[in-house]
Amino acid sequence: MHIPDGYLSPQTYIPFYIVFIAIMARAIKKVQKKLTAKIIPFLGMAAAFSFLIMMFNIPIPGGTTGHAVGAALIALIFGPWIAVVSVSVALILQAFVFGDGGITAIGANCFNMAIVMPFIAYGIFKIVNNNSVNPKRMGFAAFLAGYVSLCFTALITAIEFGIQPIIASSPEGIPLYAPYPLKIAIPAMALEHLLLFGIVEGVVTALVFRYFYNSNKELIEVLK
Amino acid sequence: MDKLKKKILLVLLALTLLSPLGIMLPKWFNADDAWGEWSTDRIEKEIGYVPEGMKKDAEKWKAPLPDYSDGSENNSLFSGSLLYILSGFTGVGIISLATWGLFKIYRKHE
Repeated sequence: MHIPDGYLSPQTYIPFYIVFIAIMARAIKKVQKKLTAKIIPFLGMAAAFSFLIMMFNIPIPGGTTGHAVGAALIALIFGPWIAVVSVSVALILQAFVFGDGGITAIGANCFNMAIVMPFIAYGIFKIVNNNSVNPKRMGFAAFLAGYVSLCFTALITAIEFGIQPIIASSPEGIPLYAPYPLKIAIPAMALEHLLLFGIVEGVVTALVFRYFYNSNKELIEVLK
Repeated sequence: MDKLKKKILLVLLALTLLSPLGIMLPKWFNADDAWGEWSTDRIEKEIGYVPEGMKKDAEKWKAPLPDYSDGSENNSLFSGSLLYILSGFTGVGIISLATWGLFKIYRKHE
């Protein structure tokens, strides 16, 4: 889900950069307000968790690979704004040091995985759980938060790929950037996430959420 | 440090050491790169040409540890795994330094 350099046209990646910087500035302000000596280590741990979980490429036998992002879990435990900051840090590091995701695509990649994903996850948990304290219901809500947020993120990434031939082609109609149309990009990315990678994100989110609920309930942001 | 933070650090360490599973499993199950993250060589194989804009922008940035490795194509699974773990420690190390820096700044302004 890390868009490389050369796949997005400037008319796509520049607006995404602007939106990303604006929301990141807001996120930093929000996090700053609540910053305590106790919270700072959690910020780093969240970024490290997201960075590491993305290294676990999961194969579809004979097909492609994908991975969880961890943004849903971070959003539920520490709140969506901390997720915005920590997952963005992981993604920017991946782009510069490991060439995972393009430099030009940092805005878009952060928008998809570090902004949209945590807020969708947080919202889904709130709606599905509806203030319940039933552990089964909370587990289910956490699973759905991870599952739906990753699948939705895959969908918007596919749309960003798929609109390239429409908005950035040569006068002869030859694509200048990502060459695949929406009708190929959307099924390709949506299916693999609906069938496998989304489930992994959901299971990881639900399991770790349960652990936190049993050991440090008072910490969990989405239950406040 | 409290119990929870210690536990999280242990889990992060375990994840770093287990990270080579992220290159082994795809190899064992004969799985390809992630969809839409192909190199220009691969794109050329798939569609017969490299789009003009892509040619210009792709691979402009030379990452120091490309794909969590040393940029060589024919590493054994063993050396690839070691490089992968090293990459994991590098990433977590940079994040730790940044976190420590933030902590220092915070203490100064407190």
